[in-house]
Amino acid sequence: MIASAVGVLFDGFAYGMLLFLLSVGLSVTLGMMNFVNLAHCSFAMLGGYVAVTLTNELRWPFLTTLPLAFLAAALVSVAFERLLYKRLYEASDLEQCLLTIGIVFVSVAAAAYLFGTVQQSVALPSYLRGTVAIAHQSFGVYRLFLIGVSLLITIGLIAALEYTRFGAQVRAAVDNQRMARGLGIDVGRVFATTFALGSGLAGLGGALAVEIVGLDHAFAFTYLVYVLIVVAVGGLGSIGGSFAAATVLGISDMAGKYYFPELGAFLIYFVMITLLMWRPAGLFGRR
Amino acid sequence: MTSGAVSEPQRYLEVRIRWQPLEIAFWLTSLLPFWLTPSYLVLASQIAITALFALSLDLILGYAGIVSLGHAAYFGFGSYTAGLIAKWGWGEPITGLAAAAVAAGLLGFLTSIIIARFRHLALIMITLGFGLLLAEAANSASWLTGGADGLQGVRIWKLLGFFPFDLYGHAAYAYSLCVLFLAFLLARRLIHSPFGLALRGIRERAIRMPAIGAQSPAHIRKIYTIAAVLAGIAGALLAQTTETVSLETLGFQRSADVLVILILGGTGRLYGGIVGAIVYMVARDQFSGINPQYWYFWIGLLLIAVVMFLPNGILGGLARLVPHRWRPA
Repeated sequence: MIASAVGVLFDGFAYGMLLFLLSVGLSVTLGMMNFVNLAHCSFAMLGGYVAVTLTNELRWPFLTTLPLAFLAAALVSVAFERLLYKRLYEASDLEQCLLTIGIVFVSVAAAAYLFGTVQQSVALPSYLRGTVAIAHQSFGVYRLFLIGVSLLITIGLIAALEYTRFGAQVRAAVDNQRMARGLGIDVGRVFATTFALGSGLAGLGGALAVEIVGLDHAFAFTYLVYVLIVVAVGGLGSIGGSFAAATVLGISDMAGKYYFPELGAFLIYFVMITLLMWRPAGLFGRR
Repeated sequence: MTSGAVSEPQRYLEVRIRWQPLEIAFWLTSLLPFWLTPSYLVLASQIAITALFALSLDLILGYAGIVSLGHAAYFGFGSYTAGLIAKWGWGEPITGLAAAAVAAGLLGFLTSIIIARFRHLALIMITLGFGLLLAEAANSASWLTGGADGLQGVRIWKLLGFFPFDLYGHAAYAYSLCVLFLAFLLARRLIHSPFGLALRGIRERAIRMPAIGAQSPAHIRKIYTIAAVLAGIAGALLAQTTETVSLETLGFQRSADVLVILILGGTGRLYGGIVGAIVYMVARDQFSGINPQYWYFWIGLLLIAVVMFLPNGILGGLARLVPHRWRPA
């Protein structure tokens, strides 16, 4: 029982890290521009398909595909931001929701057209497969790798936000957009950069997710709900909040699936609604 | 500002409540499928049901500005209520419809207490969460709902004791159209009342309404409950005319579809949902040969185009072409 609890905690934590990578970009961009970007997971899906195509079709090593998944998602997202999103910053929640849900529909259909509706898998190099035993408990190597990558990114993100000039501009824009503009910060440019970075991280998360949760054409829909839960519960614009919410969600989802399989996703939705009713702005939200 | 005993807002509402020739023509046209396209009456009844569902969403979204991503919860709840009552041996359609309306209304009232306290992202997430929660619950309770196989063994008696729900859909369309029209009359009366004006106030500036003494949370609870009742009736109509209920009635897809339909037609103008339902359902019927995945490609493109170029939907676009005095309310 204890052994399984450790296993569930470990798997849940790895899953939570994945959710964190997928959602952190959305949290920051939502906090900054109040733009409800439901298409965030479409960029993650793009990253996933880039990794799958490069490893399986072109025989690239898995690790070299990760930066490309990041880049592809970042570039495509910036194109969307400049072409479509930019015009709707002043529009209502509803219009933003609709535009981005339209993009989700299109991306899901395009993925089904290009790659079919089958579950994709990715060929991992041998050093990322199998398990290692630590104190009589076996841990999946890939999950350890995933946790390592996510923790590095988290530390990097927090350091970049806290200690660089650009990070200060981002924080200023999240806190008070008008004031930041008044101080001469080009909020549009800062936002575009953050948006690209956040979507890139989603793309990276999508590529890393293939091994854990698989990838099919509906990915943009399936994980949208999870990502929104992380963002709403963690609080907008808060990296720490997203981290905490993703961890809690990952572990409780894994525990729910392991101990109460008959409940399905019921537990997750219930936890989300209760948390939101208690704190509508999220656990770490300021607004 | 007042002339005699009639104040300015009263006069405004009086003008609004008058029936326009275009509206009467529209409802008379809705009878044409009986003679012109008798082989499409089943589709016509589906359109009427979808239109009623979209109308109910219009009441909360178009008038009170409550964005809901989980409106299918009430549709599905009404659907299952009507289906279960019929399955348990009481197949009388009209009382079944009433029971479903009461059940959905109760659920709507209970959730509205929570809904009225939130706005923006938290509101969207909570409505989404409720929808998913209910769908999950129905999936888990397969002993009651039949789970993924759907509710089997629903038998509906003849409408008013005379008209059977057959494959041709005469009774189904007449029944759905009557219910849609009655619901429309109710909605039309509601939004052309001081209560309707208060709702539009909430939509335009939620913070200001309490400042002028309006009971915004109470208004939201009321309209949300009414919308839930109408959605439940729409769901019950679907259950009764098709004699089956599937999990899909509660699904996120249905919530998203009805939102698309309403946006397509135009929000906040009563007829938007109906026009949207006609365009959407007819197009889907025509393109039913193509894979549903590719259908959503076009729907997605359409959504992007509507948001970018036609912010007020089809009716909003048409309204710009039509002279002012002909416009329906």
